[in-house]
Amino acid sequence: MAINWFKYSAPTTFYGLAGKLIPWFAISSAILFVVGLYIGFAVAPADYQQGEFYRIIFIHVPSSILSMFLYLVMAGYAALGLIFNTRLSAMMATAIAPTGALFAFISLWTGALWGKPMWGAWWVWDARLTSELILLFLYLGFIALHASIDDPRRADRASALLAIVGSVNVPIIYFSVKWWNTLHQGSTIKFSGTSMHVAMQQAMFITLAACWLYAIAVVLARVRSIILERERNTTWITELPEVRS
Amino acid sequence: MLEVSNLACSRGDHRLFSGLNFALHPGQIMQVQGANGSGKTSLLRMLCGFMMPDEGTINWCGGNTRDLEEDYYAEVLYLGHLNAIKDELSALENLLISAGLSGVELDEKEALVALRRMGLRGRERLPTKVLSQGQRRRVALARLLVSDARLWILDEPLTALDVGAVALIQELMAEHLARQGMVIFTTHQPLQVDGVEMRSLSLS
Amino acid sequence: MMVATGMKKSSMLDLLVLVIRRDLVLAMRRRADVLTTLIFFVMVVSLFPLGVGPEMNMLRKMAAGVLWVAALLSSMLSLGRLFSADYLDGTLEQMMLAPQSLSMLVLGKMAAHWMVSGLPLVLMAPVLGLQFDMPVQALGVLIIGLLLGTPVLSMVGAIGAALTLGLRGGGVLLSLLVLPLCIPVLIFGTGAVEAVSTGLSAVSHLSLLGALLVFALVFTPWVTAQALRISME
Repeated sequence: MAINWFKYSAPTTFYGLAGKLIPWFAISSAILFVVGLYIGFAVAPADYQQGEFYRIIFIHVPSSILSMFLYLVMAGYAALGLIFNTRLSAMMATAIAPTGALFAFISLWTGALWGKPMWGAWWVWDARLTSELILLFLYLGFIALHASIDDPRRADRASALLAIVGSVNVPIIYFSVKWWNTLHQGSTIKFSGTSMHVAMQQAMFITLAACWLYAIAVVLARVRSIILERERNTTWITELPEVRS
Repeated sequence: MLEVSNLACSRGDHRLFSGLNFALHPGQIMQVQGANGSGKTSLLRMLCGFMMPDEGTINWCGGNTRDLEEDYYAEVLYLGHLNAIKDELSALENLLISAGLSGVELDEKEALVALRRMGLRGRERLPTKVLSQGQRRRVALARLLVSDARLWILDEPLTALDVGAVALIQELMAEHLARQGMVIFTTHQPLQVDGVEMRSLSLS
Repeated sequence: MMVATGMKKSSMLDLLVLVIRRDLVLAMRRRADVLTTLIFFVMVVSLFPLGVGPEMNMLRKMAAGVLWVAALLSSMLSLGRLFSADYLDGTLEQMMLAPQSLSMLVLGKMAAHWMVSGLPLVLMAPVLGLQFDMPVQALGVLIIGLLLGTPVLSMVGAIGAALTLGLRGGGVLLSLLVLPLCIPVLIFGTGAVEAVSTGLSAVSHLSLLGALLVFALVFTPWVTAQALRISME
């Protein structure tokens, strides 16, 4: 079965495809959120050390994972866009950035909420939290650079290069921050249970999947509006039913 | 020789030109014509590799200029709206450096000869910030004398020049063409080169 | 009449030397720019004792961090000028048409930038370190760290300078892009001093800084050249 993937790399066809896919991703994400959070907050038992506080990990961990993962996906799309000069890849990278930044922010916020009962301080210079903060800075840099260049092609290419440089730097930053943290014997967030309860695992995986699907749905929706904006002068846009009305 | 096929360029949403084809052979000169904003400068900047064409290719001696890169750049002399001259440096220093950047090692005597031919005698060692607009343009144009590039790409070379300097530029172009060089340029002033047919390319 | 008969072709190294010499001459004719960066560095460092109090134990402990952060900030100040003058007067266009790879020219500009804005900071650091009563051994490690680290700041900064070329508000944006990328340099540079003052060896930190320097030397000129080509369109 040969699928012509390049057909979908054209904004024209992708616009329609994305429109059809968004409801599926959005609905399944919502269902999984409800199920995952129900298991996480109602079914899973309290942790023997951290009591009820630990339950914030069902939001904290998925958003941390996704914020890092999305940066790599963003850099990947950026690289594709630079190498093959495909417009859609650059649009995808641009569309992913705000969602990635949002997840990084949620991860920091929930990390702080978790830190208060754990260490009595809203912010501890834990290696992972610090890396997450730097990741947020990298996202903000990408968004700011893209926003301050008027010419869309230059904006795409310049921010793509920045994303690639950033993704090369992320492991170095993470390693150096970890090194710095152990040197200063800072606190490290560790989940106590080596044997995680099955319900905890389930809740974690389900919320992770929900966040993932949410990210896909939101990114697709954002790509659609970017396509509309960039291609506003083409005939196929003006012939769209939602534009004509 | 320079071959351009099916070239297209747009600025933002606006398509400047498309389907542009031409070839420039050794000893030929071509003037790019068109109203303001018709894409003359964009075309020249594309030929220099500063801008990527939306469509089409630019070939030099059979190879795509995108792949040739430095081998092609070594053959090109570009003079744009900006003079590429540093106010803090003297005319002589400016010429030595710009020649150096284009890969030509020049000694001071050669540079002085070139500057004097451009009518800058006595001003060679003054900082260029005290020179007039036309004199600064002459310093930039002195590069034409010390370059061994085969393709000259000149964007409005005559701006700010007086009658004498215009005649000198025409003379330099004629010499360059006689050496089997190529010239592509834009101008809003009349310019003739003796003994050579002037080709023209209209952008509309 | 052709002046340029029998011209010599210049090699890659000639071009590198040419660019460095040119930028140094220009810097010497605009000395005020160099001096402001240095004065900024001295001022920022001197503000810290005024901000946190003159208690020597604390100052000794934070000296390396203060000097490094100040070096980071003052190198940001001069980065905006790295390419902008050449961009505005058209020299950058000529550089892109040079018969050698643009990366080489970029490397030359980075080297000159470091000599003008990084090296003075390194030379100034011992004096400032004494203000903070740093022990001689720690001071030595700080200097070596700065020698290895400040070129990385210039090189990584050059990428940001190239990406923000000609943008309004470029200076602030530049810092936003570059500062996060410079964090590893800061960590290893201050870590080296910390290690030596707690009686450990600073070798591992310094060799990591050295590794960063080599890594930056290999990749940043090429990346910056690409960024310049993107920004010139």
